[in-house]
Amino acid sequence: MTSPALAIQNLSKEYDGTLAVNNLSFTIEPGEIFGLLGPNGAGKSTTINMIAGVTRVGSGSIEIFGFDNQSDSRITRRLVGVMHQEIVIDNFFTIDQALRLHAGYYGVRDDAAWRQRLIDRLGLKPHLHKVMIKLSGGMKRRFMIAKALIHKPRLLILDEPTAGVDVELRHTLWDFVREINQQGTTILLTTHYLEEAEQMCDRIAIMNHGDLIALETTSTLLKELGTRSMLVHLQTPIKELPDHLCCQAVELDDTGTTLRLTLSASQSTGELLKHLCDINLPIADIETRKASLEEIFLQMTQAGRVKP
Amino acid sequence: MNRHQEPQFIAWLPFYTLLQKEIRRFLRVASQTLVTPVITASLYLFIFGATLGERISVIEGFSYAQFVIPGLILMGVINNSFSNVASSLFMSRYLGNIVDLLVTPVSPTQFIMAYTLAAMLRGLAVGLVVWLISCLFATLPWAHPFAAIAMACLASFLFAQFGIIAAIHADNFDSLSMYTNFIILPLIYLGGVFYPISILPPLWAKLSHLNPLFYLIDGFRYALLGVGDLPFPISFGVALVMALVLFCWAASLISRSYRLRN
Repeated sequence: MTSPALAIQNLSKEYDGTLAVNNLSFTIEPGEIFGLLGPNGAGKSTTINMIAGVTRVGSGSIEIFGFDNQSDSRITRRLVGVMHQEIVIDNFFTIDQALRLHAGYYGVRDDAAWRQRLIDRLGLKPHLHKVMIKLSGGMKRRFMIAKALIHKPRLLILDEPTAGVDVELRHTLWDFVREINQQGTTILLTTHYLEEAEQMCDRIAIMNHGDLIALETTSTLLKELGTRSMLVHLQTPIKELPDHLCCQAVELDDTGTTLRLTLSASQSTGELLKHLCDINLPIADIETRKASLEEIFLQMTQAGRVKP
Repeated sequence: MNRHQEPQFIAWLPFYTLLQKEIRRFLRVASQTLVTPVITASLYLFIFGATLGERISVIEGFSYAQFVIPGLILMGVINNSFSNVASSLFMSRYLGNIVDLLVTPVSPTQFIMAYTLAAMLRGLAVGLVVWLISCLFATLPWAHPFAAIAMACLASFLFAQFGIIAAIHADNFDSLSMYTNFIILPLIYLGGVFYPISILPPLWAKLSHLNPLFYLIDGFRYALLGVGDLPFPISFGVALVMALVLFCWAASLISRSYRLRN
């Protein structure tokens, strides 16, 4: 049986009496792209730092491909590549020198072909011999991804890799992340851009105040927790809301010509349409839309602590 | 990437790479790390070798320049071994790039040995150049050359450990410079670089025996000149014990990742 890429059991961490991570448990299967989401201070970075070994584990356990990240730390660290949220660079060295050094820290001989591929794919070539201090913020982020991958880790952790980067770089990064994922690297990522998580991740965990408040496949999360809304444009204005509409909420705009109906995941659009026809509403047009992950996220994190 | 081709892990490579990085770091700013200390030592040599030295004699049979040169060489070794590791490790902590090492399989032993060896290389390189320059002012008899090399290596090792300890405990640049200004410099100046302890009043001579630098400087001088305030085994033995104590202290800090990991 293949070990999970990452198995976290009852992980907790306390800082000065405040629980930053509270009894967290989840697993990531090899080959997944797993999103760990949550507002600032939710405990995502603390969790990632415990996985990477930057922060000591408070209690609980973390296994990476079957190896305990405390007792077998020298093995697990070779299996993991981390791109930290903060820009972490050594200003003394150029990109090329730093990449070679970083492979060595992992006990891996410099693989020139792989290094060159990272350089090419991440657009680092024109800046290869510049010292870090002379690089732009975006270029430093590209370098940090290359650095996290230089030793060919099995699990790549990306802690808000696109924070503060331009649209072009964001697309480059995600294309590259998809590519290395297709070639077998498991990805754990955190991001504040929920649209990205929605597009990239197979499964998503949402943390809030250190708790895990949701853990689902992305499609399930969108389907079961997402609401849909329907805008019904009317030919002639109405003054009162129709009765007995089978939906979560109904609003009528000031002109009386547009109804906004909110449906839960389980409610049938067909039945609602039929009902609207039965009551002879003068319908001119209908628009429907699904809630985005961002709306679900806000709904869950603002609702307080809800256990999965 | 072909993920299935697992790269082979080479156990010694993290140590070698970290050592290489530390050496390249000080070579990259050689004007600060190697040239400046040599200029400072050369000024001392000029003052005590070519000017005042001609008029002072503290040990029979040796000029003052010959007396002071071993201390000046060791001062270069000590200061630079300490500064190398203290500034590099503290900057890594301060700038946050220490996490680049914390996430890798570099073991605590490899960590300490790489930082220590790089610091020793810088300290000994400065000591060597100071000695070469000192040849312009006086010739040393090199009474016990192996003992001299052993003492210089021990001094650089000891102060590399002290550098690790200082870098971990320092909260900011000011507190780091306090280790140099309020501990190392006074100990060096009161440790017998410029005068033999035997010429001090009895109380001050006794107090000087509490200064760990005295044993290093006296032992090194004995190895080079063949004369010293203490027998060499005592100087070397005390320095060795101090080095082991500081090594255990530094090793304990690094193995616990004290102030390195949250």
